[in-house]
Amino acid sequence: MLIMRHELLLIAITVILLLVEIFLPADKKHNVITAAILLMTAVLILGFIPGPTGILFGGMYQTTALTLMLKNILNIGALIVMIQSADWLRKPENKEKISEYYILMLSTLIGMQYMISSGDFLMFYLGLELATIPLAALAAFERFKEKSAEAGVKLIFSSALSSGILLYGLSMVYGTTGTLYFAEVGPAFTGTPLQVLGFIFFFAGMAFKISLVPFHLWTADVYEGAPVNITSYLSVVSKGAAAFILTILLFTVFSKIALMWSNMLYIIIILTITLGNLFAIRQQNLKRFLAFSSIAQAGFILLGIIGQSQYGMATVIYFVLVYIFSNLGAFGVVAIISNRTGFETINDYDGLYRTNPRLAMVMMLSLFSLAGIPPVAGFFGKFFLFAAAANHGLYILVLIAIINTIISLYYYLLVIKAMFLNRSDRPIPKIKSDFYSSLGLILCLAGIFAIGIFSAVFEMINGLSFGLY
Amino acid sequence: MSFLLLFIVIPVLTVIGIFFSKTHMQVKWTAVVGMSCQLILAGFLIYLFLAARAAGNTAEILFSQDMVWYKNLNIHFFIGVDGVSVAMIGLTSIVIFAGIFASWDVTDLPREFFTSLILLAAGVFGFFISLDLFTLFLFYEIAVIPMYLLIGIWGSGPRHYSAMKLTLMLMGGSALIMLGLLGLYFNSAPGGGPLTFNLIQISKVAIPMPAQRFFFPFLFIGFGVLGALFPFHTWSPDGHASAPTAVSMLHAGVLMKLGGYGCYRVAVFLLPGAAHEMAWIFLILTTIGVIYGAFGAIWQKDLKYINAYSSVSHCALVLFAVLMMNQTAMNGAIMQMISHGIMTALFFALIGMIYGRTHTRLINEMGGLMKVMPFLGVAYVIGGLASLGLPGFSGFVAEMTIFVGSFQHNDVFHRVCTIIAASSIVVTAVYILRVVGILLLGKIKNPEFNHIIDAKWFDRMSVVTLILGITAIGMAPLWLSDMINNGLVPVMQRILLAGPILH
Repeated sequence: MLIMRHELLLIAITVILLLVEIFLPADKKHNVITAAILLMTAVLILGFIPGPTGILFGGMYQTTALTLMLKNILNIGALIVMIQSADWLRKPENKEKISEYYILMLSTLIGMQYMISSGDFLMFYLGLELATIPLAALAAFERFKEKSAEAGVKLIFSSALSSGILLYGLSMVYGTTGTLYFAEVGPAFTGTPLQVLGFIFFFAGMAFKISLVPFHLWTADVYEGAPVNITSYLSVVSKGAAAFILTILLFTVFSKIALMWSNMLYIIIILTITLGNLFAIRQQNLKRFLAFSSIAQAGFILLGIIGQSQYGMATVIYFVLVYIFSNLGAFGVVAIISNRTGFETINDYDGLYRTNPRLAMVMMLSLFSLAGIPPVAGFFGKFFLFAAAANHGLYILVLIAIINTIISLYYYLLVIKAMFLNRSDRPIPKIKSDFYSSLGLILCLAGIFAIGIFSAVFEMINGLSFGLY
Repeated sequence: MSFLLLFIVIPVLTVIGIFFSKTHMQVKWTAVVGMSCQLILAGFLIYLFLAARAAGNTAEILFSQDMVWYKNLNIHFFIGVDGVSVAMIGLTSIVIFAGIFASWDVTDLPREFFTSLILLAAGVFGFFISLDLFTLFLFYEIAVIPMYLLIGIWGSGPRHYSAMKLTLMLMGGSALIMLGLLGLYFNSAPGGGPLTFNLIQISKVAIPMPAQRFFFPFLFIGFGVLGALFPFHTWSPDGHASAPTAVSMLHAGVLMKLGGYGCYRVAVFLLPGAAHEMAWIFLILTTIGVIYGAFGAIWQKDLKYINAYSSVSHCALVLFAVLMMNQTAMNGAIMQMISHGIMTALFFALIGMIYGRTHTRLINEMGGLMKVMPFLGVAYVIGGLASLGLPGFSGFVAEMTIFVGSFQHNDVFHRVCTIIAASSIVVTAVYILRVVGILLLGKIKNPEFNHIIDAKWFDRMSVVTLILGITAIGMAPLWLSDMINNGLVPVMQRILLAGPILH
């Protein structure tokens, strides 16, 4: 029981919310927000209590100190998104659907946690699907808006396709090794041509989820169409979970063909970072802008994987943690402004600092963290990732990545320029943010500063990580 | 705890104080108090340093403190000073002190202005006390990034363009530095053992030559971008011209020195073998830079552009002297950094004050200003004379040392470079005297200039501080050059060990 406590706790609060939805009178529905956030906070805190590790269901499900930590990281991200959504959910058109929203979100979270804990490919696939399908419903949450509906359809189609590809690859893996258990596939996976083909299909499927170039085409449209809070969930928690499991699988199951996949990653990293950055420069809509920036960030995450060491894995996890806080900080500001005023383009942000200095400050620090400017945590995350790749001797790749951080700095500065430098005749009026929005932003800010300055976080992650088997 | 930490703590406290200040005046006075403490602390540091040396303490690094930060990567928070960094800290505290007074009349968002300015200074102080390459780089970036807001919000002219150009070019430079630092880190223990970012430790290992050859250009060009290495200097004229007064002062006076100091402290010191091999390439570039900057200044009509190009010329001379790699020239390089730092800050302060009164920076539109503002006029002449290297001012001491040092090389290449670079002094005299003539002497061209009021008290405060600095170094250079020499000894030993001795 205790081995599965993360998932069981989430299932428990999902069921509670379901019951509340059924029995609560309609005029008290808004209380669900507070209840959901409090329950999630309790889950997060309980998750941090050290618990037993081990395997269940004959090895299909496994819990280690590493998976516990990864689940806690995802819980943090999900909790911040839930807090940030409160303001938006209070709008009259969403009042009916509050518990629906939280239930859907929590079920994707359960899927991700099962995925991380999976011990064989079947379990992994089930978790992946559970994590993906409700997301499509969430993306189409504002169903009367054409763009939101479009985002939902695009997400479900592209994820169905990618799941199909992934499953096809897994069938080849099963065909050549005769087993689906990670522990048994690993030694048998020697890199015969069919196995390599299977791996490539598997990787392509995962690349869809993490939105790596050339599998990124769905990202911008879905991010733009979906409600802002869903977009932030997609770009942070969903992507983070996929990156975690990909790292674990590459380091354990596919460790025998490490040379092959690291050559492949080399090319994909360059493509992802460069294309993501170049497209981000051209964007006017902030959600599309952050979509392309998150594509580029995904490429940076891979730098740690290509490092192949224990330290490399630690940097991946650390960077995702930093990225959760930084990206949620930026999305939090976009969400508040979008909900209150409907403005979403960079030009609308002209002169934001003069009317809303706090929001502009949070946005600036988050963008600095994304760009990797000290003293915020993004600097440490990027530096460590580069060090992980450089440790492997890939200086040219690191140089390309570093040059790309300068390109990314350019477009992040464009937003900062709009907020701080430009003047506007009709700036965004002063926004009085409610308790939950402020709380969400304060949490993000605290994270952005604390994770970098206190080295204990990185050391703990490094202690639990492992290198290529 | 080493008291050097105060150099970072005081600016941070000042920023917090500014955050809680209510009125415009409170903001300014908080900044003044904070930076006065910093100036006093710097004076105290110089005194303690000299006293420790006089008492026979010969440790390479004084007042050091070493704290582990990231254990896995062996990143430390390692601070300490030697003679050179003490001199640079002194320079920084003088310029930032004068800079606060020079920006007394900032009215648009004063709180944010002084916060950014002091954060920038905090980055610079942190850079000069860091002996761990990771924190050194961290403070370097902290010092660069506030420039974007400072120029973009409070600047003039094409400020958005200049701010973006400056930030991207400098961050591009820092990208190269980051790669170079990673290269140093992963080669810091060729014989096995833990890798380190510790500057002193790395200086004691022999990094393999192929690695040196690969990483030296990254480090030298990376820092060189900030030190206005030709052809990567183009951010400087635009940036300085668009920046508000105090920012130009701090940027040309201190921030550009980060580049020179980095080239000396990181690139040449840690990779001496490659430095010996490749110095000729960069010597050609810096020689071009010295001449190009001087001639560039002649053609300009805008006072700030004149001074910006003159800074390019003077800073190129710093890198030129660093590349000569002998003790005399290196000493000259550090002296030149200090001297140029104070001098150019004085110029930019005066230009800001003149612009505030005449509302133009074009020299053709001005004339006879000496009659209406004698104090600023005389200060300008003093700055000009120091800039063209008149004995009695700091510029003379510095340039003299550099050329004496570089002429010690007795091969044709170095001599030709030296002669070409030295000829820039003549060109400097041309543009300085021309500006002084047009600007200050002759008839008053614009009747409105008759109503100009001479320097107010805060203007005088700023100008007097800087002039005191220039003349103190010019009249009594020995204590400073001894202190610098003291810091240079271990550095030179290391450099001479690594390569053929050039004389």
